[in-house]
Amino acid sequence: MSAPPTPAIEVDHLVKTYAGMTAVADLSFTVARGEIIGFLGPNGAGKSTTMRILTGYLPANSGTVRICGHSVATEPDAVKRLIGYMPENNPLPEDMRVSEYLYFRGRLKEIPRRKLSPRIDEVLELCDLKRVRHKIIGQLSKGYRQRVGIAEAILAEPPVIIMDEPTIGLDPHQILIVRDLIAGLRGRMTVIISSHILPEIEMTCDRVLIINRGRVVAQGSPADLRREVLGRTTYQLITAGSVAALPALLEAVEPTLKITATSEPDATGFVTFTLSTERTDELGETLLQNLITHGFRVRALSRAQPTLEDVFLAATRRSWDAKLAPAPAIAVT
Amino acid sequence: MKHFLTLLSHELRMLLVSPSTYIAGTAFLFFMGFIFTGILENYTKAAQDVSPAHVFFQLFWLPVFFMVPLLTMKCLAEERRLGTIETLLTTPVTTTEVVLGKYTAAYALYVSLWSATGGFFYILKRFSSDPRLIDSGPLIGGYVFIAVSGLLFVAVGVFASSLSRNQAVAGILCFVMLAGLIVGVRWLGEASFLNRDILAPAKAAVEYAQIFAHYEDFTRGVIDARHLLFYFSGTALALIFSILSVEAKQIHA
Repeated sequence: MSAPPTPAIEVDHLVKTYAGMTAVADLSFTVARGEIIGFLGPNGAGKSTTMRILTGYLPANSGTVRICGHSVATEPDAVKRLIGYMPENNPLPEDMRVSEYLYFRGRLKEIPRRKLSPRIDEVLELCDLKRVRHKIIGQLSKGYRQRVGIAEAILAEPPVIIMDEPTIGLDPHQILIVRDLIAGLRGRMTVIISSHILPEIEMTCDRVLIINRGRVVAQGSPADLRREVLGRTTYQLITAGSVAALPALLEAVEPTLKITATSEPDATGFVTFTLSTERTDELGETLLQNLITHGFRVRALSRAQPTLEDVFLAATRRSWDAKLAPAPAIAVT
Repeated sequence: MKHFLTLLSHELRMLLVSPSTYIAGTAFLFFMGFIFTGILENYTKAAQDVSPAHVFFQLFWLPVFFMVPLLTMKCLAEERRLGTIETLLTTPVTTTEVVLGKYTAAYALYVSLWSATGGFFYILKRFSSDPRLIDSGPLIGGYVFIAVSGLLFVAVGVFASSLSRNQAVAGILCFVMLAGLIVGVRWLGEASFLNRDILAPAKAAVEYAQIFAHYEDFTRGVIDARHLLFYFSGTALALIFSILSVEAKQIHA
């Protein structure tokens, strides 16, 4: 498949207000074709609103959204044929059978009758729904319902799939299945998902977009975000010895290495330190040798991997700070 | 209108598989049968001026007040409450198709429930020795009236359902609107304050909208284009308002 020139999703200076409250404030981003992008933000950040605008369900106050080059505002019909959408909480009719529901949705999405049955079989297989195809949706467990929602979204093989919190309320095993399913779409379809579960986004998504109060506060691959937003490496050290001598020793190893937190000594006299440095390369070995030569008893030294959660907190905190401080530039690209 | 048939067949199918349809149908026939028996009892006591069909259809408002809200309150309110309207409207269907599909399905159920009462007249014809009891004029006129006025009543119900996400509220709204339309207009027609000269146009409008008067005309075999226009334009208006209401709720969500 040759990549067409237009990106899958282009959002430009999008603004949406509800009764005087700004839900989305000047949001701009672009998603390339075949990319899986994660949408991350605290409650009320404008994730669901943005997704609804992308589908054309809600009109925006200003700004433009283009799906595969078609404007959502002026060509809603074209856009509706290009997207598969699973809304928040995955609403499904209670009193239909799974296969009936997929057939009905397929007809609405203009899949030719003759292609629909094989496609439904394919989707049921893909989402592991074969066993429940004749069950009534209202009687299905949450995990199955969620998969029915995903099956419905990918049914017509649209180039863009928008899913609002597809893994909410699932158990770890079901999350794994859903994650594999989404990963299976990589390269074929552009997927945009929102989630509160950060490792989830980290594992499935090529790129993460963190939004807060309707603005993009950070975007990039999970690894980039770690580096750019946090900008430092953290170590955890559990040791016993002359605590007062430790800062000088750290200074000698690496000038930027500082103690950021110290715990109370435990029963055996060991203290847990959290150390932070601007150096990104490995300092562990040098540090360990120095500690031992200076008579420290070391129980553990580890390099803490900042999770996306830390990135998320740091990024949203920065946008709070930026709101209070006069400096306007906050977006990391 | 590409998806209208898909939506309609979906709605009809859901009606056919739903037990509540059959319960409503049975209850409706039981109730109407009760009324019909009551009417026939009067005929056994004394000779009456008009045929049983005339009296039977004159009581059309009784089932309309209860059945129409029950049949229509679910259609749009339920979709909004469950949120399935969001998935529905993000497929290539238009609001017009959705509203028309739901309306047509509700109307089809309304008409089929009423046509089931045809059985009463069949039984009467089969077992009564007196042919005067079956007068085909008022019978046909009555069913035509039910079919034509039903267009408007069901459209009002769909409109009420588009206003609220709560089914009970939609049902009560529908009841109030129908009562206003049927009984309220009749009361206005009898009110003396409209007799002043300056209010003559208002009086004429009220006279025009008398549903009971329309009924009398229909049973006498007078199918007036003005009456048809009243129901058709009223239906169109109620449906347009329903479509606008669904779209407005989306904009101001």
